Amino acid sequence: MSSHALSSAAPPGRRTARRKKLWRNIGVFALLAGPNLALLLIFTYRPMFLSFYYSMLNWNIGSDFAQFIGFGNYVEWFNDPESARIVATTLLYTVATVAGGMAIGLALALALNRKLFGRGIVRTVTFAPYVLSGIAVGFLWMYIFNPNIGLLRTVLGWLGLSSPPWFTQQPWPLIMIIIVTLWKHIGYVALIYLAGLQAVPQDLRDAAALDGAGTWRVFRAIVLPLLGPITFFLLITLTLSALQSFDLIRSMTNGGPLGSTKTLMYQVYVEGFQIGRGGYGSAVATILFVILLVVTAIQMKFVERRVHYQ
Amino acid sequence: MSTITTDSPATPATGRDQRSTAGAPEAPKPPERRRRRRSAGAVVLDGGLYVTLVLAALVMAFPLIWMLLASFKSNPEISTWPIQWLPQEWNFDNFIAVANSIPIGRMIFNSVFITVVSTFLKVVLGLACAYALVFVDVPFKKLAFMLVLFTLLIPGQITIIPNYVLVAGLDWTNTYLGIILPGLASAFGTFLFRQQFMQLPRSLLEAAELDGAGHLRRLFRVVVPISVPTIAAVTLVTLVGEWNEYLWPSLVAKSPDLMTLPVGLTHLQDLEGIQNWGVLLAATTLLTLPMLAVFLVLQRRLVAGLTAGAVTG
Repeated sequence: MSSHALSSAAPPGRRTARRKKLWRNIGVFALLAGPNLALLLIFTYRPMFLSFYYSMLNWNIGSDFAQFIGFGNYVEWFNDPESARIVATTLLYTVATVAGGMAIGLALALALNRKLFGRGIVRTVTFAPYVLSGIAVGFLWMYIFNPNIGLLRTVLGWLGLSSPPWFTQQPWPLIMIIIVTLWKHIGYVALIYLAGLQAVPQDLRDAAALDGAGTWRVFRAIVLPLLGPITFFLLITLTLSALQSFDLIRSMTNGGPLGSTKTLMYQVYVEGFQIGRGGYGSAVATILFVILLVVTAIQMKFVERRVHYQ
Repeated sequence: MSTITTDSPATPATGRDQRSTAGAPEAPKPPERRRRRRSAGAVVLDGGLYVTLVLAALVMAFPLIWMLLASFKSNPEISTWPIQWLPQEWNFDNFIAVANSIPIGRMIFNSVFITVVSTFLKVVLGLACAYALVFVDVPFKKLAFMLVLFTLLIPGQITIIPNYVLVAGLDWTNTYLGIILPGLASAFGTFLFRQQFMQLPRSLLEAAELDGAGHLRRLFRVVVPISVPTIAAVTLVTLVGEWNEYLWPSLVAKSPDLMTLPVGLTHLQDLEGIQNWGVLLAATTLLTLPMLAVFLVLQRRLVAGLTAGAVTG
């Protein structure tokens, strides 16, 4: 391979041979990587830049008429009182599913990390919902949450509770979607934490135990810091996935009632494809994109510093 | 967690290597060095843990069982109060009702066809691209890799309006091409394959080169055979993703004949109304069972793929 340094004293014949080889490599590269890179350019990069452009237009999807209005769509979005509520809903949903998912997932992982009989089955069962369609999961949970005939009404009844108006009254619809999101993601979080827990060297724990550290101290001082990189990874992936969550909201509430479960992602869909305001929808998509980039950047900057890498 | 009083494992350590009962992602544990007594606290703790784990398993599994049961219940059985746990008689009436309402056979075909074609092409594109990024020396290799890597940060929703405009402009709505092509590019797969390829011994490839094997031969005869676990993992993750994909196919497939199962499910809801639970849950069962089966059979590989980002990260 061409990792050998190209000597300037090389005879001209060898230099042209290298040239030929370089061109042949470029040809092979284009053949192998070209199709994938071309698809990325056409269907990911092109629309990304086009989306910025669309966001400056007063334009409806399917219409030939478009008027350039600069930052008009953004001005409209920032002045719309609905926007603050959508951002609050998005934030609430994201924080609740990320924090809740990580807390419950870690607890589950700690339980699964003990050599208990049957833990393999529990692990399989908890992970299963993660591979299911969000639309399907939404449907089956709607049936369970149904305040008249639902399974949950029965279970709450056993506990002496009555079923809250899950579908009709704030804040229950959002809580319902948060619960279902947690149900779907917890097995994934637990499994990733479990892999991390099993990578904690036993001699480190033993040494700490010999020094008289109790289980809680060992967990706080040794296990938790070593889980840092994994926590960091989960924080980013779960946040990004929450901000882009769509299927569950689509199938369970359609963003309703009265827009109380409408997140930014859902607003892109509503504006772009239900109302058909392509320009305004693109502006919302761009705002969401910027938020995603900022979240990633902040997490990289602030969290990574405190993360312990082995 | 503060109630935990001891750290001894539930099974008394014997000093022998304990064979791990769990799946692939688990690293073998070093054998316990000291024999520890099971304290009373540990017994109580394990008891508590058992109750918690059984409850967790119930909460996770029962919704799926409940869906399965409902798909066999008649509508009066579903809407009685208090709850009727089991269907009086098991029949496929709800599934027949689904077939009468939407072209479910065609939708199953669409889902299978689109999933298989997309997954296959995506994996091949990713393999070829990753091979080029690792083993073919060109000056702009790093730039090409950054191009792939950055797409992992570009969310789908920012691309969806412009891509829809493009596909609609080309008259590709209601075509398989329109559903499949815009999602074909492989970023995640390419990334994982590249990670894997970089760990392969270069001498292996150089030996093949000396034997006169060209790049394609090296890719399919040398690299692919020793990367089977990674390829399997990526294939399964892609398969699950494609099967469950909703937003894009729901925009492109407007005619029921082109709809995939998830899209057909919301279409069915529009037709049947939200209260026709037996029919809706029968269709939901048809959508979820194949993925549950894939998961149960190929669990290790699938989980390895889905959690790969964390391990490599």
